[in-house]
Amino acid sequence: MVKSWKVNFAIFILVLVVTAVTAAFVYPAKWGVKHSPWRMGLDIVGGSALVYQIDLSGINQKDYSAVVAGLKDVISKRVNLYGVAEPRVNIAQKGDTYQLVVELAGVKDLGDAVKQIGAVPVLDFREVQQSGQSVSFSPTSLTGRYVTNAALGFDSLSKPIFTFTLNDEGAKIFEDLTSRNVNKPICIFVDNNFIFPDDPSGSCPRVNEVISGGKAQISGSGITADVAKQLVDRFNAGALAAPITLVNQRTVSASAAADALHKILIAGAVGTLLVALFMLLSYGTLGVFACIALIMYTILSLGIFKMAVPGGFTLTLAGIAGFILSIGMAVDANILIFERSREEVKKGLSWHAAIEEGFRRAWPSIRDSNMSTIITSAILYFFTSDFVRGFALTLGLGVLVSMFSAIFVTRTMLESFLEK
Amino acid sequence: MINFIKYRNLFFWISGVLVAAGIAAVLVFGFRLGIDFTSGSLWQLEIPATDANTVNTFFTSTLHIETSNVSYDSQSGVYSITSKEISDQARQQYLGELKQRFGDGVKDVDFWNVSPSVSKELKQNAVLAIAFVLIGISLYVAFAFRKVSRPVNSWKYGFITLLSLAHDVIIPAGMYAVLGKYLGVAADTNFMVALLVVMGFSVHDTIVVFDRIRENLIIYRGKEDLSGIVNRSINETMRRSVSTSFTLILVLLAIFFMGPLSLRFFVLTILVGTVVGTYSSIFIASPLLVVWQKLSERKRV
Repeated sequence: MVKSWKVNFAIFILVLVVTAVTAAFVYPAKWGVKHSPWRMGLDIVGGSALVYQIDLSGINQKDYSAVVAGLKDVISKRVNLYGVAEPRVNIAQKGDTYQLVVELAGVKDLGDAVKQIGAVPVLDFREVQQSGQSVSFSPTSLTGRYVTNAALGFDSLSKPIFTFTLNDEGAKIFEDLTSRNVNKPICIFVDNNFIFPDDPSGSCPRVNEVISGGKAQISGSGITADVAKQLVDRFNAGALAAPITLVNQRTVSASAAADALHKILIAGAVGTLLVALFMLLSYGTLGVFACIALIMYTILSLGIFKMAVPGGFTLTLAGIAGFILSIGMAVDANILIFERSREEVKKGLSWHAAIEEGFRRAWPSIRDSNMSTIITSAILYFFTSDFVRGFALTLGLGVLVSMFSAIFVTRTMLESFLEK
Repeated sequence: MINFIKYRNLFFWISGVLVAAGIAAVLVFGFRLGIDFTSGSLWQLEIPATDANTVNTFFTSTLHIETSNVSYDSQSGVYSITSKEISDQARQQYLGELKQRFGDGVKDVDFWNVSPSVSKELKQNAVLAIAFVLIGISLYVAFAFRKVSRPVNSWKYGFITLLSLAHDVIIPAGMYAVLGKYLGVAADTNFMVALLVVMGFSVHDTIVVFDRIRENLIIYRGKEDLSGIVNRSINETMRRSVSTSFTLILVLLAIFFMGPLSLRFFVLTILVGTVVGTYSSIFIASPLLVVWQKLSERKRV
């Protein structure tokens, strides 16, 4: 079916308007920044990516998700303390293993942030076992993960006290624990050390009575306002349900990242120009249309990348590289069509009929040849880590969008502007 | 028209030698696996006025870090040190010692640490991805040629497509083994991705030629023999095969020469794969089709 000139022109204007709006949307300044701004990967702005393995060995399987969610909250609070512009803390689950992924992109000087985040302590309560002269501390099942709140308060005499609250489950354990230990000390440990490493007695408050309901307070001459504040900090920070270990770290300096970004952008611009030049030299007027389609392709696919991933698409070096490769492939469909049209002209068809025929007959080979790259990209996207995912996504989506731009857009333009 | 079929033996020899060299390089040198597959640390540092040997000695004897490779890139002035796992705490301390020894010009560029549990998982994922891409592309090739039959069986098109795919992957893989041996280039996840991308591209060109053979077989059946039809098809499609690859080669060259260091070998692998893939679709895949058909016809007689 051949559409009339007017219809084609109207469609072309529509595509042009959509492209213009998309251009404003993807442009990394002004309006484009306000609506889901580009997220920059750490390999182009610098920063750290930290992957922690969560050790869930001491935890009931039914509590896994609650524990992991709690961990995420605590680590997020920690990360926010370091004034990172846009920290990302995510949970990656694979089977029964959970990982905590912390991304600190755009941080100029990480200093000891990495160390501090990794050093989040594990807090637990221990019973004191005394047999003769030797004293030992036996761990209980009460750990920081049951702590819902810790605060500094004052009693009726305006003396500082430290209060903490446990959740229902923790309250039950605490009730049992305190009933076994009335008039005995219970020790609070952080990372297998007394909560005050230099002050064992200060770390082991005495239980005066059975505590039910999960609200407890620690008071006494040892509890000054400073000490209580320290306790609050350590309880809050130590509300880690399970120990975590750093298993994967990537840190890129900001200047190296900026340099890499600069280089890949220049390479991309030069590559695109060379491709455009090649199309102009090889196909003349037809090449001009292919170049316009290529520019539209670039803008439209950037727009799609921005919208494709819920929560924002993270631009990485590999992702940009994949996109540049897709630019080199985006004109493939045009080449296949134009070559076919040339053949048809040689057979004696008019230019218009030849182009019609070129679009029609080149389609199977365009579809078939792009399909293998789309298959490869899809598999890479689902079976690899984050670094490769960006590449797979931009390459695969890029090839899909190029089929639209090279066929639909070029055809609409040709039919609006070429005389019959 | 150029007669490609006539000189096929020459092309078969060239490819045979390259593929044999590729396999030999992989078998003899093996790959220097990246830390994402072996676990460990890859630390990139700018260190002024020294050389790789001095840096290596400093790491092993002063810092007591077991290094597996120290390489230097003169273009960016960056040393890449591959070693056993280094913790972040230790790294800050080492950085201080490096500054003490080599001056304040020492700059921390990039640090990557992978623990054994992660590398094990990455390795498994890589194997899965390779297996799925191979299966996916084979199924796809079978699907693409389902309608072609006489005089050449459709499974022959498919088999030859896979054969030329192997050709296109073995040659850059061999190159990588040589690079690993002499320049310390690590075969990491990026290398695997590059090979898989080459597989995807390699099939492109072969399908374009085979698609034309399929079309011409219908038009010229009875008028021309198979080798004539195949040769005609190659000639008709060569320009577009070369052009579509050439646009890709243009952007790859731009990234190779002007892009960031970290992508250099990734891009080089795809570049070599693309060139070899275009060559094989013209000079290897289609002539193979003719040879195979002739052999099976001879058998039948």
